[in-house]
Order: sequence, then structure tokens, then C-alpha cells
Amino acid sequence: MTYTAETLAQLETDAADIVGRYPVKRSALLPLLHLVQSVDGYVSPDGIAFCAKTVDLTSAEVSAVATFYTQYKRRPNGEYQVGVCTTALCAVMGGDEIWRQVSEKCGVGHDETTGDGKITLERIECNAACDYAPVMMVNWEFFDNMTPDRALRVVDDILEGRDVKPTRGSHKVGTFKETERVLAGFEDGRANEDQGLGDPTLAGLKIAREQGWEEKR
Amino acid sequence: MTDLTPVLTATWDAEESWKLSTYESHGGYGALKKALGMEPGDIIQMVKDSGLRGRGGAGFPTGMKWGFLPPDDGGPRYLVVNADESEPGTCKDIPTMLSAPQILIEGVAITSFAIGCNHAFIYLRGEVTHVYRRLLQAVREAYEAGHLGKNIHGSGFDLDVTVHAGAGAYICGEETALLDSLEGRRGQPRLKPPFPAVAGLYARPTVVNNVESVSSVPAIVDRGVEWFTAMGTERSKGMGIFSLSGHVTRPGQYEAPLGITLRELIDMAGGMRDGKKLKFWTPGGSSTPIFTDEHLDTPLDYESVGAAGSMLGTRALQIFDETTCVVRVVTRWTEFYKHESCGKCTPCREGTFWLTQILKRVEGGRGTEADIQQLLDTCESILGRAFCALGDGATSSISSSVKLFREEYERHVTEGCCPFDHAASALFDYETKAIEEAHA
Repeated sequence: MTYTAETLAQLETDAADIVGRYPVKRSALLPLLHLVQSVDGYVSPDGIAFCAKTVDLTSAEVSAVATFYTQYKRRPNGEYQVGVCTTALCAVMGGDEIWRQVSEKCGVGHDETTGDGKITLERIECNAACDYAPVMMVNWEFFDNMTPDRALRVVDDILEGRDVKPTRGSHKVGTFKETERVLAGFEDGRANEDQGLGDPTLAGLKIAREQGWEEKR
Repeated sequence: MTDLTPVLTATWDAEESWKLSTYESHGGYGALKKALGMEPGDIIQMVKDSGLRGRGGAGFPTGMKWGFLPPDDGGPRYLVVNADESEPGTCKDIPTMLSAPQILIEGVAITSFAIGCNHAFIYLRGEVTHVYRRLLQAVREAYEAGHLGKNIHGSGFDLDVTVHAGAGAYICGEETALLDSLEGRRGQPRLKPPFPAVAGLYARPTVVNNVESVSSVPAIVDRGVEWFTAMGTERSKGMGIFSLSGHVTRPGQYEAPLGITLRELIDMAGGMRDGKKLKFWTPGGSSTPIFTDEHLDTPLDYESVGAAGSMLGTRALQIFDETTCVVRVVTRWTEFYKHESCGKCTPCREGTFWLTQILKRVEGGRGTEADIQQLLDTCESILGRAFCALGDGATSSISSSVKLFREEYERHVTEGCCPFDHAASALFDYETKAIEEAHA
């Protein structure tokens, strides 16, 4: 491993926290791989070795797991993972055209990274926000009800180094590495950031309130 | 007309709805305190009597699932919440956990107490950063308030909860694949039996329940079996979240008694977009055979939807209007299954690959009449022969759409192209360029 002593010490501290969450060590592997990505920006050879050592597996066993899951990246990932949903419903609602324009703008295709390392583009599968179709995700934050113009603006902002703001949830998309640290199970103090819920989430509740359909108790 | 019944969604419009203080000010954790004063067996009986059925798709009675655990042998037993919501069209658990994570945590505490579990896990799909933030905070807040941890509210009951993020794999929504994944392995389904109740997580007795199932438990404990069974139909009791997406005016989450119809729901959603005509829809996600306008009045309960030839699934109502090419939609769903097939069994791994090849050919106007029959034959070779439900689910939309819209498949063949203007289905205007490229 080529980690500096300082990085390694931090990794070991974090890994101990992760392993401590489970009765059996091996269960820590998925969050450990997220942790590695939070440091290296992908599942690096060093990261695999570190995970293997931490949970007493061979590096082949760790690689076998890492290659199964789409969120683990085998090459250095862009600072922002931009995913356009092109599963059936989003595709039909406009996702295909959004994808075409975003891909053209970035000059890269699926699972490719822009030359400046800013964006890794991905055609993503259903992200459980179908009532907000067409949907785009940036570092796994929601960008709902996209149009080509809105999507291109987000991409422009990223390419020009401006912060981007999801349409639901947090106030600002963190970097890929920052996001991966959250996915490793470390709170970043941003859970209370909120932009109010979108209309679809509250659609039924709003009608129930208007109609006075109180819960029968 | 059926009234909507907000129970799980009732606090979603409250200020800072995700916080423990908000949840408690709406009566939250009253059910846990009540449950801790009950016999665990009585809670299980209560959930059995309520008729609550799994809200994750399969519809298996929740209380019965709990009842399958073998008698306590002194070793650990686990509750694992399936929060891997990934079935195309399904978008109910994510807003639940984003808006009101505490209802799930309270459900986890009550369920764990009932089944004798001291360490519960919530397996969340990894692609929802802010939902994970909210769940991590919710668990921490619940610990700080003594709803989790040691000797909860002086009951002597201990419970730890770990929220675990997956890493992008639809198959992990299959309960045994989820367990393998949670054990740090590739997420591939296990041979059953043994079922998780007997040998689940770490080969110990385990209950795997969907987010919405577990979240329904506090209300049942709090308000009683009769309150719950007053909603719904004869064998499909209670309320559930119906997720409308696609070509309706106001897509979104509508919590209603089981048995409500799509006609009623579309009406509440402001009708079809621009007054267009409904063409086809899924009652429960992309793994359930599609319906048409003939099924607008089919009660959306397990039995009625089953009798009509589909499945209630996750109540993911994806609605497509007359502008939509059914072959295009089915092709894209099939590409999804191909992408998500774990590769463990041949019918699913190879079948979804070849189905995709054929469908793309047909959709692109390069297919033949024989291809349509080949699709049906291939589906038949997969259905019932795949290792888990993913393979079966992949065939649903193909078989049902060929049955309902065969002439549309044939038009692709005879006209040598897709007869639809894809731009007409989108929510914004654009000029259709070349046929969309293949999926990843």
C-alpha cells in the first residue's frame, strides 16, 4: 500500500468504526469500499488491499465483491457523478433526449469521464423517484423534473466550477469523495438541510387535507 | 369514491417532518411504549390478526412471517429492513424515509421487540445520499432519546440498529441476495429452503420486511386491529401508498385503502396529461404484467389484481398514454433486467440478454414476424425456471404486452421502423433525432 502514514491512520480509525457496527467483520466490506472511494475516488488497488487486510479476505475476494456493484468504480471517477435515468418511464418522459444533450455537451458517453475530471457520466437505472420523472442524479442527490435546458445548466455549472443545488434534499451537492464518505455511514451534519418536499410527494396528502378526510380512529 | 387515508404519510407536510421532535409531537413512539408493556407473542398475534401483508411486492402476511421464526435458542435473531427500493416505478419508501424516517425506526423497535431481535439492520440502496443522511440522524436521535439502545424505556429490552448502504444492485431487493450483500458478498440469491426465518443473516433466524410493512406496525399497535381491518377489502386489509407516475397531471404519492381503483386515483391526480387517452399501465412495478383501460375499475387489492392477470406488487402505477410506444417501453424494461441480472442462473442471465437483442431489433424496425414468437418462447423458457423472481419478472411485461398489443409489435416489423414520434411522449418539446441508442 502506498498510503501516507497519516491517510492510513485515518483509514484505520474509520475502518474500526465501520467494523464495529456489525457482529461479523465481513459485513463491513460494502461500507469499507465506499470509504476507500471517499479517499481515492475509486476502488484503487491500495483500497482493495486495505479492505482485504481489514476484513481478513484475499484481494481477489474483495475484487469479486467490488466488481458486482455499479457504484464501485474501477477507474478514477469524476468529481461529480452525473446520472441520467433512462429506464423506461424516465426515458419516455424525456430522459432519452436529456441524455443525448447532456452527453453531447460533456463530450463523453456512458461511464466515461470528462477530460478535466469534473464529470463522470452514466445512464442510470430507476432511482425511485418516478413521480418526478424525468430524473437526473448528481452524486446521488435528486434533480427532479428535468428538461434538457435544466440539465444542461447543471452540467454547465459543474464544468465551470460552480456549486450545484439539488431540487429536493440538501442545499449543495458534495463532491464524489464527500458523498462516498456519507455512504460509508459517516454523518456530515447536513441531514437537516431541506428544500421542502416536492408536489408529487405531498400530492395525496394535500387532497386529503382539502377534503377533510381525517383518519378514522 | 374512496377517501384517501394518510397514516404513513400523515406527517409529511409538518415542519421539519424528519426530526424526532416533530414525530413525537404527532404522537410518535406512543406505540413503542405500549408495545413494551405487551407480551411479544401478543404483538405478533396482533399483526397476524390485522392481516397486514408485505408491502414490498410479494404480499406475504407479515405476522405469519414473524411467526415462522423457530423458538428462541438463546442465540441472536435479526430483523433486516429491505430499503433497497429499486423496482422500476416504485418510489414510496424513499419519500417515506426522507420525510418521516422515525416511523420506520419506531416500527423497527416494535418489530424487534416482538420477534426477540437485539440487532436490526436497515439495508438502504446506496444511490440516495440525502435519505441515508436522514436515516443516520434518525437512528442517532432515537438512541439519544432512549428509544433504541440498552434497556429501552426501562423494559430491559436492548436494541441496536445499523443503517447500511448498498452499492447499486437491484437484485439486492431479493431478500436472500440482500442478506448475502449485507454479509459483504456479491448480492446473489440463495437457494430456499432454508428460508431466512430459519437460516438468514449469519445463518441465524431472520425476518426480512419491507420499509412500508415495518412502518405500518406502529399504527396497528397504537390504534388496534379493528381500526386497520376497517380499511381495505376482504383479504387485503389496511392502507398502502399508491405511487402514480407517468402521463397523469399530478403524479405522486397517494395513500389509500387497498381496493381503490386506478380510475379513482387518476381522477385525484387531475386526470391524464392534456386529456390524452390511457394506453397501458403497471399495477405494481415493471415486474407485473401490464394492464390497459379495461382495468381502470379493477380494485387494487392482491386478489382482484391477481384475478385480472397481474400482481399488486409495490403499487407502483406507471401510467402511459396513447403517445407511448409499448415496444419501446418493454425493450427498456428488459434492458433493465439484463443489466440487473446477477448472473447466477442461466435462464435469467442468458434469457434477458437474448430478449434484449430481439427486442432492440424489433423496436428498431429490423425484426421479423418470427421474432415476436421467439420472444414468447424465450419468456416461457425463463418463467418458472429462473433461480429467483427477477427472471420471472423480466418476462411479465413482454408476455403481457405481446398479448395486448401484438399488432403494435407487428407494425414495427412491417413498417420497418417505430411508428411513434418519441417526442410526443416527453414532457417537453424536442425534435426527434436518431433512434435512441441502446441502454448501458
